[in-house]
Formats: sequence, C-alpha cells, structure tokens
Amino acid sequence: MATLAVRRAPLGGFSFENCKRNSILESEANKVGFSVPTARKTGTTICGVVFKDGIVLGADTRATEGMVVADKNCSKIHYISPNIYCCGAGTAADTEMTTQIISSNLELHALSTGRQPRVATANRMLKQMLFRYQGYIGAALVLGGVDCNGPHLYSIYPHGSTDKLPYVTMGSGSLAAMAVFEDRYKTGMEEEEAKQLVRDAIAAGIFNDLGSGSNIDLCVITKGNVDYIRPHDEANKKGVRHGELEGVQLTGDYRYKRGTTAVLSKVVNPLDLELLEETVQTMDTS
Amino acid sequence: MAAASMMPIFSQNVSSNSDLVPEWSRQEVSTGTTIMAVEYDGGVVVGADSRTTTGAYIANRVTDKLTRIHDRIYCCRSGSAADTQAIAEVVSYQLGFHSIELDEPPLVETAAHLFRASCYRYREELMAGILVAGWDRRKGGQVYCVPIGGMLVRQPVSVGGSGSSYIYGFMDSNYKPGLSKDQCLDLTTKALTLAMERDGSSGGVVRLATISEDGVERRVILGDQLPKFSTH
Repeated sequence: MATLAVRRAPLGGFSFENCKRNSILESEANKVGFSVPTARKTGTTICGVVFKDGIVLGADTRATEGMVVADKNCSKIHYISPNIYCCGAGTAADTEMTTQIISSNLELHALSTGRQPRVATANRMLKQMLFRYQGYIGAALVLGGVDCNGPHLYSIYPHGSTDKLPYVTMGSGSLAAMAVFEDRYKTGMEEEEAKQLVRDAIAAGIFNDLGSGSNIDLCVITKGNVDYIRPHDEANKKGVRHGELEGVQLTGDYRYKRGTTAVLSKVVNPLDLELLEETVQTMDTS
Repeated sequence: MAAASMMPIFSQNVSSNSDLVPEWSRQEVSTGTTIMAVEYDGGVVVGADSRTTTGAYIANRVTDKLTRIHDRIYCCRSGSAADTQAIAEVVSYQLGFHSIELDEPPLVETAAHLFRASCYRYREELMAGILVAGWDRRKGGQVYCVPIGGMLVRQPVSVGGSGSSYIYGFMDSNYKPGLSKDQCLDLTTKALTLAMERDGSSGGVVRLATISEDGVERRVILGDQLPKFSTH
C-alpha cells in the first residue's frame, strides 16, 4: 500500500497503542531476564451433543497458567439463562466475562420480549460481540440450550464465526474428544447414552491432552429441566499421602499439634492499657 | 495494509508463548473453499464444498456456504468465516429492510451492491470473497462476483475460493453460453468435485442450489455419490 505516514486525528473506536507498549515492554523485560505475566488460559476440553430430548454439555475442570495448574476444579460450564448454558475454552477471564455480559443482556431482552430466550439469540449476541473485538477476546465457546424450537447447539470461535451442528468440541483437547464423537455419535440417542458419550469424549481429552485434566462436569438440558452435574466423574482423584516414618495416612491437613515445633524461650511483656472511651456505631444494613 | 500492520505482529507474539494451546486452535477459522455460480435462462445454479478449516484441522466438515440473503438471492462465501458470516448477516438485514420499504422482492444487483459497499469500505480489515447469485423479475438469473478488495462485476459464470485455481481450465473448456438447468447442475458438480480432489482446503460434500422464479431447490451430494474421474 503506497500511503504516506501522515499524522491524523485519532479516530473514534479502539486504540491499540498499548499493544505496541506491551511488545516493547516484553522485549525489554526479556533482556533483563524477567518474563511478562501470562494470561491464564483454560487449556481445555469442552464438548456438546444433541440427543433425543435435549442437549448434553461437558467440560473438564483444569485451569492452567503456562505449565502450572492454577485451579484444579474450576467451573467451565457457565449459566446464560435458565434454559441455555455455555462451555468456555481459551482465556479464562474472557470466557467468564463474555458469558456474564451476554447472560445479563439476554435476561433484559427476555423481560422486554416477555418470552423465554432462544439459543439463536444468545448465539447472535455472542458472535456480534466477538467479531467486534476482532479475535482479541480469546473465547471459544460451546453454546447449548432448549427453547421453543427444540434443542440447539452452536460452536463459537474467538473471531466471531459460528457453526450449528449436532455435536461439537472445542479447546486444546478437542481433537481427542472429536475422535470419540465421530466414532460413536448417533442421532436420537437416549439421555444415558448421550451422557456416557460426552463423559467418554471429555475423558479422552483429559487423558490425552496435557492442558486438560481433573474432573468431568456435565450439564443436561431438556425442556423445562436442567441437571448441572458437578462433578459427574472424578477422573483424576488425588492420592493419599502416607507418612514415611510412622506409615500413618497423612490427610494433607496443615494444622499441626502443639509441640511439633519446640519452644526454646518465652518472654512475656504485658502492655498496661487503660480503657478511656467505648462507642458503638451500628452498621446500616437496611 | 498500512492500517492493519500492527495486528499480525501482536497475534504472533501472543501465540508463541503458550505451548499447551496448539497452533490450529489459535488460527482464524477460514472457509478455504471452492464456490461456483452459473447463470442459465430462467435462473442460476450455485454450488459449494463443505469444509471449514482452522489451520490444518477441519472445524466443520458439513458447512453450508450457500447463505440465504433473501427469498430468491443467495451468496456463496469464501475467505474468513467470521468476516463472511458477519457481512452476510448485515446485508440480509439491510436487504430485508429495503425490500419492505419497496414492498416488492429486491433486485440481485442491489444485494451485490450492498455486499460491495461493505467489502470495499472495510477492505483493509476484511478477508472475504463472495459470489452473489439469484433471480429477479427485471433481469432474470444473475451472478455477481465480489472478490477480496471489493470489486463488483457481473459474469455469466464465476468460481471462487482457494480451490477455484484448479478448475479455471475446466471452466474455460466446458462452459458455453445457453446451457440448460440440468447441464449447469452437472457442470457445477463436476467442477466442484475436481477442485475438491486437488485442493486440501476444500472437501466434504457438494451443496447445490437452483434459484428460479419458482423458488429455491437445494440438494446435497455426499462423498460416495460424487462423479469419479480417471486419474486415480
């Protein structure tokens, strides 16, 4: 593009000045040996499936910060409305805030229309917001719910494209989960069969992907009923530590008996304080 | 691309940090595609493959790239999935509103101009190659091509997407003006099959639609029913 680099008045809208600053800071920090704090990403496996009477959504529960597990039991299935739930993969803060914003707007919309919200509405709102931010909001979502037109399942990508499908997977473990779906998905499954399929798909993600782990959460949505099963399956139960000397089970309790640490000396200095005045100010709780 | 120069640098920096999140999940979803539209006397035939990719992973193997803009106007989308979905939704809204104001079915040329307006104005930010095709009472079946950059040109037959490069020769030698509807359907099916065979970013099933005064007729040709060619 042969355009002159002329200074022009700042246009309305977004300013990405800080992005330049951030990349300069990062290179400066690296020179001195520090690293910039990374956003916490939910390296994740999330998936959803349409069955005969509704939707089953599934998610693992591990949140990672680089190579360290930040949260062993985080909740990735977010509430959007009584009949619509959304699983989120990508940057934890982005999925949390985006789903909360759309949930709030959808509640207002439902009050305005006087009707139960539709999944297509939630899909439109999410995709329009994500497109507006051109992929900078790192939220990859699996949106599912049952409304007056039946069960619907959407996958929503960070740049704002959506796909309406009978089964979807997202996150770093999505390939493993998709392999399970492609093998065993059938139209018109029963609820138990669908739950088992989703559980197996998430388990495939947990055991074959480093970014996913811990437990399996499920959410079964049917017309008029939601089953939020957390946890459905504790796929990775933490083992019990045994004390080396006594062979006694240590429960991981960090409260120690008095006397564990030996007291060498003790000095008591009493402070002579005189009570001058006592006033009580009640808190206004109305 | 003076305005957008900051963006690619930023996204590459962020991507390189995280090892746990694989390459394909960070890339934008794209309809690396083959799309085609042909005019015949009385209507148009539009066709597309069904593959949407994020890098090397197929995000959706049964995509519908033939998007309804109005009752007798469809568009074929290629390029960035997010960009083309957003533009198609905006144009659907604008055209629907315009049609209500006019109190008559909108012209295909109007739809094409609306697409061009968005694609040209935001040409630096968007990556969208679109074929607008449909039927109206004034000029019958029409195909308009709105490639990346926002040009607008009417053509009797047009192909688009990454797979189109492989079938220009086939199109040049096999298209003649004055084909019937069934000949157009056959031509489109063969062309899309050949492109899907050679282009890695195109594949899945062939989706076809015929738009005429009588309405829209959609069909799907599954993998095993595609025509077979001899070089394999």
